[in-house]
Amino acid sequence: MLYAILCYDDEAVVESWSPEQDAAVLAKRGRVQEKLAAQGRLGPVVRLMPTTAATTLRSGREPMVIDGPFAETKEQLLGLYVVECASLEQAIATARELKSDEAGGSFEIRPLRLFRPGSGIA
Amino acid sequence: MSCLDWIGVALASARPQAVGALLRYFRDLDRAEEAFQEACLRALRHWPQNGPPRDPAAWLIFVGRNVGLDAVRRERKQEALPADELLSDLDDAEAVVVERLDGERYRDDVLRLLFICCHPELPSTQQIALALRIVSGLSVKEIARAFLVSESAMEQRITRAKSRIAKAEIAFEAPGAVELAERLAAVAAMIYLLFNEGYSASGGTAQIRLALCQEAIRLARLLLRLFPAEPEIMGLAALLLLQHARAPARLDAEGGIVLLDDQDRGLWNAELIAEGHALVDKALRHRRPGPYQIQAAIAGVHAHAARAEDTDWAEIDQLYALLERLQPSPVVTLNRAVAVAKRQGAAAALAMIEPLAAPLAGYFHFFGVKGALLMQLGRDGEARIAFDRAIALAHTPAEAAHIRQHLDRLAEQHRGG
Repeated sequence: MLYAILCYDDEAVVESWSPEQDAAVLAKRGRVQEKLAAQGRLGPVVRLMPTTAATTLRSGREPMVIDGPFAETKEQLLGLYVVECASLEQAIATARELKSDEAGGSFEIRPLRLFRPGSGIA
Repeated sequence: MSCLDWIGVALASARPQAVGALLRYFRDLDRAEEAFQEACLRALRHWPQNGPPRDPAAWLIFVGRNVGLDAVRRERKQEALPADELLSDLDDAEAVVVERLDGERYRDDVLRLLFICCHPELPSTQQIALALRIVSGLSVKEIARAFLVSESAMEQRITRAKSRIAKAEIAFEAPGAVELAERLAAVAAMIYLLFNEGYSASGGTAQIRLALCQEAIRLARLLLRLFPAEPEIMGLAALLLLQHARAPARLDAEGGIVLLDDQDRGLWNAELIAEGHALVDKALRHRRPGPYQIQAAIAGVHAHAARAEDTDWAEIDQLYALLERLQPSPVVTLNRAVAVAKRQGAAAALAMIEPLAAPLAGYFHFFGVKGALLMQLGRDGEARIAFDRAIALAHTPAEAAHIRQHLDRLAEQHRGG
């Protein structure tokens, strides 16, 4: 079974970490990642940019592009794509393509800060 | 890394929201700060045992409000402050307050707190010092070090600034649209000043200056979280990120200035540049250009060039032309002249800056640019005069040393030729 492990925290606090604190967290996680990679169990690893860099495509008959992250609590995170885009415009166009008329839901478009494709899951 | 370090970070990042809300309750800055301080002391006692609360700001506001109310009562009746154990609702603090903390109020609270630091009567250095003290929670000692003044002098400066804003009328009602826009603009300008204080190196050691830049970025991101759809705030955050990304390459090992053209671009922080680009992209979608967005776009063009010679000077020239239209100023024209020199040569640029001689008569960079253009044209004698003037106007030893290099080169050429 493949599992996604999603990281949640208060980004205002994380942005206030000193470089040493940030490095300490990353170092610990890096050691776990190395172990998982050696075991052939590590898929893609992603660190997202802050929500201030996010744009959201909200569904509806006339889909709306709004600044900021997806903030509703009535809906749940169901999946994600990592897509190479030349610009935010292209990312929005891609999200529009993914949207289906029948289904509702929203797409939050968030640039990545770090991406490691992973060593391939055995 | 101790548990207290992590709690310290949580307290610092909850501070603007908590002090902002306490200021709304008590309508008195000193009381709000004291209440927050006391709430922090209690947090340091409670959190290590019980773990930090889910919403530290709500906890601190609740506890701070109780503490502050107690202080008010005590002053009236001379009663003793109840002990922690007697504050029975401490554990429920979160649940009670979380519901009441609606987003809009929080936004107004934080903006008000930032805005009171921007009182138009306060000189800009006092605005920044006050924001560092009240909003960021830096100690007077830390602020004094950053401004290269004694602790007592800084204490005095902050006290004076505080008493001035205490006399000013602070509006506690939710601001209307026009007022909101005005406050936002004033706060954005203050954050930009704070960044420049760190960036332009008018004082302090390199490390403290970097901390000021980082603090400005933290506040810009905070402001953008509160106003996620404001393109100028996106522009401001992007501008700071893109400029700060170059920090590791701006000074050489001896602390000398390395010009943009000569910087090792491999040292630029790629993550900050990517975030800056993302924000510029977001802002441009609004098609409401403003000075911060345009300056961010200019910084973005520089960041985009892998080598100095790849820089798209035509784009930069156009962006500066747009900036000149939106916000005409001799400094903008001077900057545009640098782009013009790259495209049309030094003579065209020199003609462009000629009319700036009077308004920029006391401006270091004017004489630096003028001297460099004259040197390119082989007018060494005039270049030397301009460089001498620049050195006289330099704010830092690094600025002066940089100009001295030009003078040395001129002297060498003279000997050689």
